[in-house]
Amino acid sequence: MGAIYRREMGAFFTSGLAYVFLGVFYIFSGYYFYNEVVLSGYADTSPLFRNMFRIVLFLIPILTMRLLSEEKKNRTDQGLLTAPIGLWEIVLGKYFAALTIFIIAESVIFIYAIILGYLGSVVWATLLGNYFAMLLLGAAFIAVGVFISSLTENQMTAAVVSMAVMFFVYLFDSFSDRISWQKLYDIVKDLSFYSRYIEFTRGVFNLTSVLFYLSTAFLFNFFTVRVLEKRRWS
Amino acid sequence: MIEVKNLTKRYGDKLAVNNISFKVEKGEILGFLGPNGAGKSTTMNMLTGYISSTSGQILINGADILDEPKKAKSNIGYLPEIPPLYVDMSVDAYLNFMFDLKKCKLPRKAHLKDVCDLCKISHVRTRLIKNLSKGYRQRVGLAQALINNPPVLILDEPTVGLDPNQIIEIRTLIKKLGKRHTVILSSHILPEIQAVCDRIIIINKGVVAADGTADEIASNITNEHKMTLRIEGPTHTITDKNTITDALRAISGVKYVRADMEREKGIYDFDVETDGKTDVRRAINELCKEKGWNILMLQLSDLTLEDIFLKITMGEQAAVPETETSGKKKRPEINIVLESTDAQEEETDGGDTDAEEEGGDE
Repeated sequence: MGAIYRREMGAFFTSGLAYVFLGVFYIFSGYYFYNEVVLSGYADTSPLFRNMFRIVLFLIPILTMRLLSEEKKNRTDQGLLTAPIGLWEIVLGKYFAALTIFIIAESVIFIYAIILGYLGSVVWATLLGNYFAMLLLGAAFIAVGVFISSLTENQMTAAVVSMAVMFFVYLFDSFSDRISWQKLYDIVKDLSFYSRYIEFTRGVFNLTSVLFYLSTAFLFNFFTVRVLEKRRWS
Repeated sequence: MIEVKNLTKRYGDKLAVNNISFKVEKGEILGFLGPNGAGKSTTMNMLTGYISSTSGQILINGADILDEPKKAKSNIGYLPEIPPLYVDMSVDAYLNFMFDLKKCKLPRKAHLKDVCDLCKISHVRTRLIKNLSKGYRQRVGLAQALINNPPVLILDEPTVGLDPNQIIEIRTLIKKLGKRHTVILSSHILPEIQAVCDRIIIINKGVVAADGTADEIASNITNEHKMTLRIEGPTHTITDKNTITDALRAISGVKYVRADMEREKGIYDFDVETDGKTDVRRAINELCKEKGWNILMLQLSDLTLEDIFLKITMGEQAAVPETETSGKKKRPEINIVLESTDAQEEETDGGDTDAEEEGGDE
């Protein structure tokens, strides 16, 4: 796993993808930080995180699109799959590399916290809660992105499909309100990434939500492993 | 070392590999020969655990590739048809990555240096793989396979797309590797297989069509043994032709003699066919000495591996016409030397293409 993780980290930077991701993330988070936090006069970072949900939705596919699709296209997967390592090591190596870049991006919040410290007092509890919520969100979405990347040989397809899927997940909330059948409404509501995330940004720490994001991450990594395994059998 | 039992791979309705069984002993260089699409790569992909078989068993050094994949895979170095190179990495970074990936316990620096020296890529180690030529990429691919000194090397068409010099270099290298590793090599280039391999398996349409050394395969496929002689008689006239023919017929072990055309002024060629058991060359030499004739040429025209290959892969009806084997082709016999010429290369390639087309039609 370590070998793959290190290679992917290197590839993120040599391919420039990491710079694009970090750059765009910093631009938007900077904008929202200034506009929603600094100008509002409150030292509450929640509006920043609420807005970043949409940005992350479109940025994560950039991080995950080539992780497995490119291997398949360039036939480098033959090197990985014939090496004496397990499929989980391959998938998790890539997954954690993407997650690391995401954490680097997200950690810019601590710089904002320092700035806030000059302007007023930082509410560390909500800030860390928000940070944690976004981390969980990233963990879940990256697993989804890696999974979609494993289904295709084309990175653009992987990116577009991932964006569509994540945006659809975001829209869950708005159409769940129109569902009259109570049971379906409950299910859709339970599957909502957004409302669980918003709950965190309001400072509510909900253990089921934590489990929800973590199990999503696990489940999709598991699916990815199954895809790689199935490919050998077909 | 490698044991394959009743290996079958099915893609939907298509049977890519059908019930293949063979064994490879330690230190053997085995050549997989077959037209494109015969199932060579599929078999190799199954041997290395990249794809799984529909049925059958593969044991690498005693470990089943499906039951104990890590153990089996750690015994294999694999160079697929397209080397699995990350082109945005430098050779050094890539080899280090493969070193880690294979969980190699050998001293890193020394081992990588050995591998690079062996593959002659030491001078390009700092360069990005995307800037390397095809020949160098192939060598990096080979270097990658050699990392961790696996006892088994599986090389899928290692010389494809290389220039003649590079081909010779890679072949020499493979021969050298064959001393320490068990090697399975696939190719559709016949001289290559002849030059490098101890044993040959010809695969056609997913089944083993022949298995053995080149000579064994040749003698199994055919019991014709022919040679062409050019003998200079005393009179340089048509009478020579008849006397020589009769004298040759009298030699024991000669089955059939046919006087061919006048190749040089007053000198004739003779096609001689033997019973396949007796070596009549010395007897012919004695005869000529006795009569005062000069042998200007003696050419064995036993079936070459290429003829066998065509015969096997194209089926009976398309077998090489007799006249062609005995008359036109002036090809060295079975034991082609390592440095085969470019001309041969081209000829065989051409022959292979024909075989492919023929196969496609069926």
